[in-house]
Amino acid sequence: MASFFGKLTPGKSKKPRERPARAEEEHAQLHESDTEMFAELDSTVFQRFFYYAGPYKKAMFVATLAVLGFTLANLAVPLIIKIGIDTAIAEKNSSLLAIVGIALIVTALVQWVSNYLQRILMTRVALEVLYDIRADMFLQIQRLGMSFSDKTPVGSLMARMFGDVGALQEMLESSLEVIADLLTIVGIVVVLLILDWRMALIALSVMPLLFLIRVIWQPLARKAFLRMRRNSSVVGVYLDQNVSGIRVIQASNRQKANEEIMSGKISTFFSSANKAARLGGVLMPTVELLTGTALALVIIIGGMRVLDGEMGVGTMIAFLLYVQRFFEPIRTLTMHYAILQRAVASGHRIFELLDIPIDVKEKEDAKPLDDPQGEVEFKNVTFGYDPERPILRNINFTASPGQTVAIVGPTGSGKTSLMALAHRFYDVQEGQILLDGIDVRDIKQDSIGKAMGMVLQEPFLFSQTVMENVRYNTRYATREDVVNACKTIGAHEFVMLLDDGYDTILEQRGSNLSVGQRQLISFARALVANTKILILDEATANIDSYTEKVIQEALQKLLTGRTALVIAHRLSTIRNADKIIVVQVGEIVEEGTHDELIEINGLYASLWTTNYSSFDDIADNADDVLETPATST
Amino acid sequence: MTIGYKWHFGAAVAAAIVSSILFLLIPRLLGDGVDTALLAFQEEGVVRSEIQRDLIGIALLIIFVSTLRGTFGFLQMYLGETLGQRVASRMRMVYFEKLQSLSFSFHDGVHTGQLMSRGLSDVEGVRAFVQSGMVQVFRVIIMIVAAAILMSFLDWQLALVSLSFVPFLVLRSAMMRLRLRILWKKIQDALGDLSTTMEENLSGVRVVRAFSAQRYEEEKFDVGAREVIELRMDAAKIQASGGTAMSFAFLVAWGIVLWFGGEKVIRDELTVGELAQFFAYLAILQFPVRMIPMLVNSVARAAGAGGRLYEVLDIDPAIADGPDSKPLNITDSVVRFEDVSFSYHGVSALEHISFEARPDHTIGIVGAPGSGKSSIAHLLPRFYDADSGHVTIDGVDLKDATTRSVRAAVGLIQQDPFLFDGTIKDNIRYGDMEASDEKVIEAARIAQVHDFIDQLPEKYDSSIGERGTGLSGGQRQRVAIARTILTGPPVLIFDDSTSSVDAGTDARIRIELARVSEGRTTIIIAHRLSSLMHAQEILVLDAGRIVERGTHDELLALNGRYSELWALQQKQATEIEE
Repeated sequence: MASFFGKLTPGKSKKPRERPARAEEEHAQLHESDTEMFAELDSTVFQRFFYYAGPYKKAMFVATLAVLGFTLANLAVPLIIKIGIDTAIAEKNSSLLAIVGIALIVTALVQWVSNYLQRILMTRVALEVLYDIRADMFLQIQRLGMSFSDKTPVGSLMARMFGDVGALQEMLESSLEVIADLLTIVGIVVVLLILDWRMALIALSVMPLLFLIRVIWQPLARKAFLRMRRNSSVVGVYLDQNVSGIRVIQASNRQKANEEIMSGKISTFFSSANKAARLGGVLMPTVELLTGTALALVIIIGGMRVLDGEMGVGTMIAFLLYVQRFFEPIRTLTMHYAILQRAVASGHRIFELLDIPIDVKEKEDAKPLDDPQGEVEFKNVTFGYDPERPILRNINFTASPGQTVAIVGPTGSGKTSLMALAHRFYDVQEGQILLDGIDVRDIKQDSIGKAMGMVLQEPFLFSQTVMENVRYNTRYATREDVVNACKTIGAHEFVMLLDDGYDTILEQRGSNLSVGQRQLISFARALVANTKILILDEATANIDSYTEKVIQEALQKLLTGRTALVIAHRLSTIRNADKIIVVQVGEIVEEGTHDELIEINGLYASLWTTNYSSFDDIADNADDVLETPATST
Repeated sequence: MTIGYKWHFGAAVAAAIVSSILFLLIPRLLGDGVDTALLAFQEEGVVRSEIQRDLIGIALLIIFVSTLRGTFGFLQMYLGETLGQRVASRMRMVYFEKLQSLSFSFHDGVHTGQLMSRGLSDVEGVRAFVQSGMVQVFRVIIMIVAAAILMSFLDWQLALVSLSFVPFLVLRSAMMRLRLRILWKKIQDALGDLSTTMEENLSGVRVVRAFSAQRYEEEKFDVGAREVIELRMDAAKIQASGGTAMSFAFLVAWGIVLWFGGEKVIRDELTVGELAQFFAYLAILQFPVRMIPMLVNSVARAAGAGGRLYEVLDIDPAIADGPDSKPLNITDSVVRFEDVSFSYHGVSALEHISFEARPDHTIGIVGAPGSGKSSIAHLLPRFYDADSGHVTIDGVDLKDATTRSVRAAVGLIQQDPFLFDGTIKDNIRYGDMEASDEKVIEAARIAQVHDFIDQLPEKYDSSIGERGTGLSGGQRQRVAIARTILTGPPVLIFDDSTSSVDAGTDARIRIELARVSEGRTTIIIAHRLSSLMHAQEILVLDAGRIVERGTHDELLALNGRYSELWALQQKQATEIEE
């Protein structure tokens, strides 16, 4: 068994990467739907798209020339052969034959160079454009306010960044091939007409039929193909569920039942795959029949004309060679049309995202906050994710530099929203939030970040090293700073126990650490950032008593010397606060020190005397969902 | 694995052979047509109608052969593809069944993503090989060999000159394909990294905002995106140079044929029709020659993929029923650990653990993380086997009982429960799909989650997203509790399964459970001492050993670890009374 694991896990850090590796492919698959197949081709999408291609005009021009050369070279080959046969060979002219032979080789060279150039250039342009669009989308997502992030599932954004952009790339890469195909078809028709227009008309008569059949067949086959892929992803999703949930499955004795379900899904997939295979291949005999007919016509009519001396045999051979090339450009052309449709649909989604107006915007004349003192003031603040239903009403309080303000209240009272507002994740509806007496809307966003740190209830760690996670955006922090912060917080010991210490790459979401350890890392991150103001959402759930003790101590160290707004759950934190604000249904109902609030004998006092070890226990957990804005929209 | 599909395979290969031969007939017919017309033209006194009849005969033959070739081409493709799908479906199922049967110790050591990529892309690799590789290889060989022979018959010198480049080209592009394979793997990894960066930027948006790290994130993204572009460019270069060199070589061959072949025609050693045949053969040959590097790639991929699949398929499940395994017959549900030691991946997790839990009896277990609490919980449903000692239920060693019956008897609720995509109802009745709605609601009531579900718009039919993310930790734990108690196991283990549930609700769950389940044996593992302080016996674990045991009062009197822990948890409560 040991050797098996050895083989499976070459490097620990690699493990979590495997699943997202297929992301692009998967998103692309999930995103294709029947409706897209029949999407209208919209010119505005192209216009905007070519705007992105603008900087690469030169490369595109050269690539277009290359395509031209490539196509012409291809078209010339049968003609050169015709000349060789009808002129050189028929007249038994060896030197002319040598020239024609060399001409053919030169043509091959032209074809080679232009083909290579065209492919390389177009791939480069496509990749650059794709990069520009992706970067713009990324930037846009970074700029859009939290209200956008709340409403939009990560999966759909990922699908846009990867699947949709990929579809555009595919279109760009194939756009030159479309030109080549069109040129080839037109070229063949023109050349044949010039060579012998009567025979050309007869031989070409199958071309519209080939077109028609492809056009009818293509959507049908694509539909079958898409259905197959969807069924295939159903199998994948079910496999994923079963691998992830294997412990529950074995504990519930569900193996047999699940095997039956899986077997059903696999056979659905199998039959749709068979159908797709049938549809995919069914065109073959028809195409062969038509091409064969065209060849046969050339043989009969051409043959008779050669016999009658009206046509050189080289012309006849050239005809045969051209006819054999009919189908290829028709095939790819219809394929490219499907790519085009998909790209337009993707383009719509991409530009839709880029066009969303930015709600929390930095003002042109926003001021930097060079030396923050750490005073935070809420002035008559009213706010709601839905303006019709404010979550916070008329909030007034001040946290003076160095003070710890504890915010308590039942679940769903609006505490988290209050925190988010302080950092300007959202803009207030009414009133003002002031940092050192300046409205946050007048301060540069970078300055807010430098003045204000934040520790979230659920620590979020990136799949990078511990070092990078702790340092995060504090670029000037040295390795020593990071180690010192971890020592202060009490994280150093367990970090050193990891395989590569501070250079250990964390697994997705830091799943190789315990909840408490993740919390401590996020504390260390805030300590390294060393901001004047700290916003902290305490979490107590899922932490064992041993870690709890460490965290309590770390918390005290983190809070000293800073202005802190704390959504407090621990009684110890609350007791130590300079001021306690009790929030209920979006309003401040009580405010003061612990003793003062006990004196008032109001909500705080009653919460206090319920004798729970944590304020979390006050409200039933069932209300948790109501607080997060994501689910309320 | 294809042995069961002999006929299918044979038919596909036969279709491939027939279609290849038919394909090769067409140039011959075209050449004949040309020669018939030309020779007639050159000779004097031929009967025009006879020639016309000949030509029509050839023409009809061309149509017939083309259509036939198309039909067999279709058959070959269809049969090949369905064969590939049949093999792949079978592999998927076998793989799935294997995964289901492998024990926890296997699953602990493997990342989900790896098992997924085996089940998806490796099976796909094998499929592609069966479909294209195994069937196409016949077609490619026949076409190349036959075309070479036919061309040699026409004129061996010309054939030699025009085909001499083929072996080099094939070798070169096969090597390129292998290089591309490596490069594509790198691109996939780079893309994976990029999408991880992206995904974490989006999921961790609050952290990004909180640290105003947008620019930092942009740079991270930039580096990743650039890397992908450069890698892709490398791949495109290899691809472009391979593909273009191939068509260049073929065109040069045409030039050579025209030149030297033409010379031969002038010298009357070759007819124009035969020259035309040469062109047609060269045109046809392009296809199989281009296929060879793809076949090489397909074989390389399938060899790797097949190897990885069999790595999994060949593992013996560590825990399986033996021939003498009997179903467990629960009479009293007395659970006993007798001097049990257990090590986990070579590290000792439990040492000499002995205790007994009887019906209507609760055992509480506390200890620091890593002290072995969960190991005890996992040994009981026989997710692992003990190294030494015995775990018994009603006197029967679990190793002698069928795993199915053991797991039906023991209900384990884990701290971080996995919920499946689907409705709440389906999740609760996961262990018994036949369970009535009333039973589901009753279980939810006991788990104190009914009121919450009831106020959802779709109630029990509300679907919970991937891994139940729509629910809070406490709600998920309670759904998991409902799921386990629905099946009514006589032995119930809570492995810190109410850690996210508040103390009041926790207590209510326990009271409700006690009401409905007489004669149940319960083991509670918890950090929160209030959850287990009423247990008949409490075990305090440290480094895999029981260091203290007794009732709550006895342990307090001991003034050891338990009382220390108790003091720590009570400190906050006592602050109030100061």
